[in-house]
Amino acid sequence: MTVASAVELAWDLLAQVPDPEMPTVSVVELGIAREVDYDGRRLVVTITPTYSGCPAMREIEDDVRSRLAERFDDVEVRTVLSPPWTTDWITPAGRTKLAGSGIAPPGTRLLPMLVEGRPAACPHCGSKAVEELSGFGSTACKALWRCTSCREPFDYVKAH
Amino acid sequence: MGDHAVEALLRVGDSCLVLAQRLTAWCGHAPALEEDIALANVALDILGQARGVLTRAGELEGAGRDEDALAYLRDAPDYRNLLLVEQPNGDFGQTMLRQLLFDAWAVELWSAMTASTDPVLAGIAGKAVKESAYHVRHSASWVVRLGDGTDESHRRMAAALELLWPYAGEAFLDDEVDIAAAESGLLPLPSSLLSPYRHRVETVLEQATLAVPPDPWWQRGGRQGSHSEHLSYLLAEMQVVHRAHPGATW
Repeated sequence: MTVASAVELAWDLLAQVPDPEMPTVSVVELGIAREVDYDGRRLVVTITPTYSGCPAMREIEDDVRSRLAERFDDVEVRTVLSPPWTTDWITPAGRTKLAGSGIAPPGTRLLPMLVEGRPAACPHCGSKAVEELSGFGSTACKALWRCTSCREPFDYVKAH
Repeated sequence: MGDHAVEALLRVGDSCLVLAQRLTAWCGHAPALEEDIALANVALDILGQARGVLTRAGELEGAGRDEDALAYLRDAPDYRNLLLVEQPNGDFGQTMLRQLLFDAWAVELWSAMTASTDPVLAGIAGKAVKESAYHVRHSASWVVRLGDGTDESHRRMAAALELLWPYAGEAFLDDEVDIAAAESGLLPLPSSLLSPYRHRVETVLEQATLAVPPDPWWQRGGRQGSHSEHLSYLLAEMQVVHRAHPGATW
């Protein structure tokens, strides 16, 4: 296996690792998997946590390692904090999949770190008439919103 | 980097750890489901920050102590947290006021720490500053809502402020450990964070129609290991399982 094909294979495998909390999107689409290095023997995958206290991080690390171990003998998973994860790294495909599963993807931030943005639309009915119920939701990365048109609540991945 | 570095990092990491433990006591008890979830989320973020800083403290110490050894196998006099964070939760308003006084400090601390000469600490701070900025939005909004709320909620917030204000200043008192850590570029000098902190907190208190108290003699000593009676009870609860079953895993 050449280095280039090994790296490509590794990314393909990573794209099959779902996020434990939002299984419709992969760790690649969420921007958690950052780098793949292969020196002809050892595969090093770099991942980054979404939030400092994300309780799924250990599980993600184990899932990544076991998926890659299907095709690679020597796998190392490294966790790095810097540069810090941002929702800007969620891919367009990831955003579409989140919305398709009823989770509003992160909105655009007006200023980094200051304004957390808002959902562009209700993921159920598409209405722009949405309001925040709570700044915190079922996981560290989400807030709870509701649509005042269809009256359904929904999760929103906070712009971060 | 020597003992001063480790000591200075324990002051940060222990403050986060003890507050996270305090906040988790709300789980299942908060006045509304949304706030129950919010407090658990905030606690998780702060616990994650504590883990990063304590792990780094253990690495710099070089004595083989990891985050668990530091969290579970030290007694109260070895803890270096701010006295503020070990104060009891009280009612929801008191918890939120304590949180504001902490979050406003944390935002300034992490923000300055992103420029730490230690790239590991700078990385931890780069994540933490975004989280704390979100936390302070939450705690400030509750202090305003309750302070500028009903007569009863205002009365309770004013009482909480009177109780907790003397603990707000400890985070900004420099000693030789802080000066050494600042000179090595590891951490900002505590006193350098006071001005933006004061501005932020006083702005919130004014919005909350709460009179900003005059500066008291600031309660101090937690960062040097002299704690209130509350800490040992908190640690006993936090540490009991680990100490009863040393080395247990699952």
